[in-house]
Amino acid sequence: MEESGAIKKFMYLNRKAPYGTIYALESLEVVLIGAAFDQEVSLAFVDDGVYQLKKDQKTTVNSGIGMKDFSKTYRALEDYDIDKLYVEKRSMEARGLREEDFIVPVQIIDSAQLSALMAQQDVILSF
Amino acid sequence: MKFGILVNEGPYQHQASDSAYHFTKAALEKGHEIFRVFFYHDGVNNGTRLTVPPQDDRNVINRWSELAKQYNLDLVVCIAAAQRRGILDENEAKRQGKDAYNLADGFRISGLGQLIEAGIQSDRLIVFGD
Amino acid sequence: MLHIVNKSPFDRNSLQSCLRLAQPNDAILMYEDGIYAAFKGTVIENDIQTTLSKCKMYVLKPDFEARGMNEGNVIPGIQSVSYSEFVDLTVQYSPVQAWL
Repeated sequence: MEESGAIKKFMYLNRKAPYGTIYALESLEVVLIGAAFDQEVSLAFVDDGVYQLKKDQKTTVNSGIGMKDFSKTYRALEDYDIDKLYVEKRSMEARGLREEDFIVPVQIIDSAQLSALMAQQDVILSF
Repeated sequence: MKFGILVNEGPYQHQASDSAYHFTKAALEKGHEIFRVFFYHDGVNNGTRLTVPPQDDRNVINRWSELAKQYNLDLVVCIAAAQRRGILDENEAKRQGKDAYNLADGFRISGLGQLIEAGIQSDRLIVFGD
Repeated sequence: MLHIVNKSPFDRNSLQSCLRLAQPNDAILMYEDGIYAAFKGTVIENDIQTTLSKCKMYVLKPDFEARGMNEGNVIPGIQSVSYSEFVDLTVQYSPVQAWL
């Protein structure tokens, strides 16, 4: 289903914590489907979205809260050539998190850098 | 200009579908093109024909169906989100062995690729949600 | 770019994050419950004033009229717009970020 024409810049801007609502999981679903379209993709984690990347998430359909732990999917993004994962420093620090708390390597950027990245996008899918 | 519209919330609970409708209608009336309206998350609940709102309230679902008819709009309901929430068309109901289907007029069920395509093909993608 | 904010600033941090990340010459539209940020006499009026010196700000009239808010109390500098003008803003600015 690849489309012809110019490559567009897609940013997935994640601002919600996982499990409490479905947005984090479904954002990731779009990212995976979107990978087939060969666009320029980045993921940004802002506000409570930084919690999506917290390592050591422990739940399965049959244990814990009865929902699948989808955080491991972030590790698979590399295989889809998606390697631009940005965490806003201020959001991370405000929540007492550090780089080593994340399940995948990310680029920690300040708010001005994030603003500049957002301004370059063709499409921002915000969840 | 060509627009893609994403609706992430169901009818009545949240204003998202109302805002998306008014935006879409205003854009069409100004002569813009709506490439597609994509319904995701609880937004798929905008596509059931079985709602019976009170007479003094707006009919969110019919409103979309009528707009689709008037402007030949492409209203697409995300298949994975729809299946989770019991929104089925006739084919899907048969395939899943269900005894009923409920997809409203003017809507069709398809995959998330349709959302990405809307992002690629449209000049703007506008997200309405919670 | 255009930022659209539909949350009350007294309920969620959407507007706060928007103001933090908005760049000079960006535009910000407040709609749905987001309209409450556009009125005089609130604890965030100063933040709005500061933002107005670098960004254009708009508020959706049908949304604030529905909520009983008076156009006369809109913070000076914020322009009230219709759905049609909302569409115009999305044409004028790109990309559009929805601060849900």
